[in-house]
Amino acid sequence: MAKTFDLKDDSVVVVVGSGAGGGTLSNELVQRGINVVCLEAGPRLGLTDIINDNGAMFNRLSWLDKRVGTGDLNATLPLWVCKTVGGTTVHWAGASLRFQEHEFRVRTVYGNMPGANLLDWPTTLQELEPFYARAEDKLGVTGTSEIPRLPGNNNFKVMAAGAKRLGYTQVHTGNMAINSQPRDGRPACHQIGFCMSGCAIGAKWSTLYTEIPKAESTGRFEIRPDSMVVKINHDTSGKVTGVVYADKTGTLQEQKARVVCVAGNSVETPRLLLNSQSSKFPNGLANSSGQVGRNYMRHMTGTVYAIMPGRVNFDRGTQMAGIIKDESRYDPSRGFAGGYEMETLPGFGLAGVASNTVAGAWGLDYAKVIEMYDHFAGMWLVGEDLPQAGNGVALHPTEKDKHGMPVPVVHFKDHANDVAMRNHAYKAGTAVYQSLGATQVFELPPFPSTHNMGTCRQSEKAQDGVCNKYGLTHDVANLFISDGSQFTTGGAENPTLTIVALAIRQADYLADQLSKNQM
Amino acid sequence: MKAHAPSRRDFLCSTSFVAVGLATGGYMILAPDYAWALSTTALDAHTAQTLLVMARQLFPHDRLGDQYYATVVEAVDKQAASDAALRKLLTDGVARLDGARGIAWVQLSNGARNAVLKTEEAGEFFSTMRTATINNLYTNPLVYRFFGFEGSSVEHGGYIDRGFDDIGWLPNA
Repeated sequence: MAKTFDLKDDSVVVVVGSGAGGGTLSNELVQRGINVVCLEAGPRLGLTDIINDNGAMFNRLSWLDKRVGTGDLNATLPLWVCKTVGGTTVHWAGASLRFQEHEFRVRTVYGNMPGANLLDWPTTLQELEPFYARAEDKLGVTGTSEIPRLPGNNNFKVMAAGAKRLGYTQVHTGNMAINSQPRDGRPACHQIGFCMSGCAIGAKWSTLYTEIPKAESTGRFEIRPDSMVVKINHDTSGKVTGVVYADKTGTLQEQKARVVCVAGNSVETPRLLLNSQSSKFPNGLANSSGQVGRNYMRHMTGTVYAIMPGRVNFDRGTQMAGIIKDESRYDPSRGFAGGYEMETLPGFGLAGVASNTVAGAWGLDYAKVIEMYDHFAGMWLVGEDLPQAGNGVALHPTEKDKHGMPVPVVHFKDHANDVAMRNHAYKAGTAVYQSLGATQVFELPPFPSTHNMGTCRQSEKAQDGVCNKYGLTHDVANLFISDGSQFTTGGAENPTLTIVALAIRQADYLADQLSKNQM
Repeated sequence: MKAHAPSRRDFLCSTSFVAVGLATGGYMILAPDYAWALSTTALDAHTAQTLLVMARQLFPHDRLGDQYYATVVEAVDKQAASDAALRKLLTDGVARLDGARGIAWVQLSNGARNAVLKTEEAGEFFSTMRTATINNLYTNPLVYRFFGFEGSSVEHGGYIDRGFDDIGWLPNA
């Protein structure tokens, strides 16, 4: 059963964050007999706290502590990620796609692209395949093994019909970490909608009600909610010794640790390393390369909404169970490197559509657009964006949060390749709906970023990145990066499945090292 | 013959609300037909009435009665009661609307009201009211159901047996 560990117990592995990376890693470690304390900045909710209300759940789940967005980002809410036990797996839509083979070696395949800081991953698809298979089994991904795909909702049927007219062939309801039949003690999807407000019945995989309770049942695991880690401590030899965190009352505590694994999502992870600077590590922990906080990626995204000739009710049913994969291929003849996926996306309620369909719009014509709500169809465009050294996370020079930690400043500007891809994707998405007689089509700019990657990237050589292929930092022998921050490049695919696969592999590696007394 | 029927926007301009000062310092604003009332604590009656007309002008739906737009005013009034800067933003904003053409903004023609609003578009007053209107009007279940958003579904078992895939108009090929 759930256990508590002493603050001075330096035999534990401390995991910072409880989402796809941290929650998975925690459970994988305790299943191997290792004691783990997981520190989560947000509160712990239960299924009964999850309701079908977009606005209420946004406020309940989201990371709303101050962040400054610059460049192309939303200035006050650059990211849409979660501060809660389960992290962003409470909010995620469930799309679970493997990277393609070439996406692990884009520097080789795409060549030198001016302005981009491209690098091949130190790992290959072949190496990751067994871990992808284990991740798919853990998440119960539809369309893998014997797990049937989800049935298609109206929004999918519109997209699929348009795709067929345009000659697309790789069209289905996706590979979703949402049960199409009861599995792992969780029910099948009821086509509720509101996946991204949290799944009220637990049909969607989230560490909140899978990995975390499973870890607790071993008696080797403690999750501490409302615990915001502000600093990682180290000894004179340069090994980390524990973490300082603000507890529920705001009081600073230190949890000692044998190993520290950081999985705070791609802003908080580098923020924590940068804030852990010392005389020994003047540029921040594990930052001899200068790459901590750099190469921030958020995927090329955009949304296409269309008013269709008939009723769609696009909020009904699984929000993202629908995909066109044809454009995810590598085909530079389209005028850009990399590829993109087209995935169904609904409207987040009438207020969401009114806010987002045309930014800043008002008046009679726009009111008439909103009145067509039940005729809307929608898709999200998500593709590979290129790492750039100037896109990243830095500490605000003067402004601090309530714990005295500098506020993060997140900067992102599109690469020309990102812009070319987005324009191509807008045209393709528009064509899908126009082929069915859409009366109006809207191209929406990126929402606050949900796919955040690359700020502590994996690299073969220590000078090019922050960690190796297991997520172990090049500079610190017992410090791991355990979330999407370690992505060397982003691929076209939604990142969660790859985060989970990497976490499973990291757990194997770390358990092996600990058993040999190597840490 | 819809063109000949007076729209709610025209109706609004030819009719006035009834404002009653309250002993507590706020105002009670009654609909022209006394069908509903809105009470304020921070905003004066003229500001409140103008913001109500503005909310409709931003997102005009003939099918909706003014009581739905009144909830927008109630929400900003409630906020303004503890936020002096917001109260000033709203009061000053209304004063600018009124000052634009030399007569009260609500008395202008529909086209003139729009033209004046257009000059405010880039400012904080406008964006505050636009956001407040979206967040209060379109999150009202009585309003969103009207436009086809069906709201919470989990208590009804989702849509698995209630039409998640009931689309009937798509071509076969």
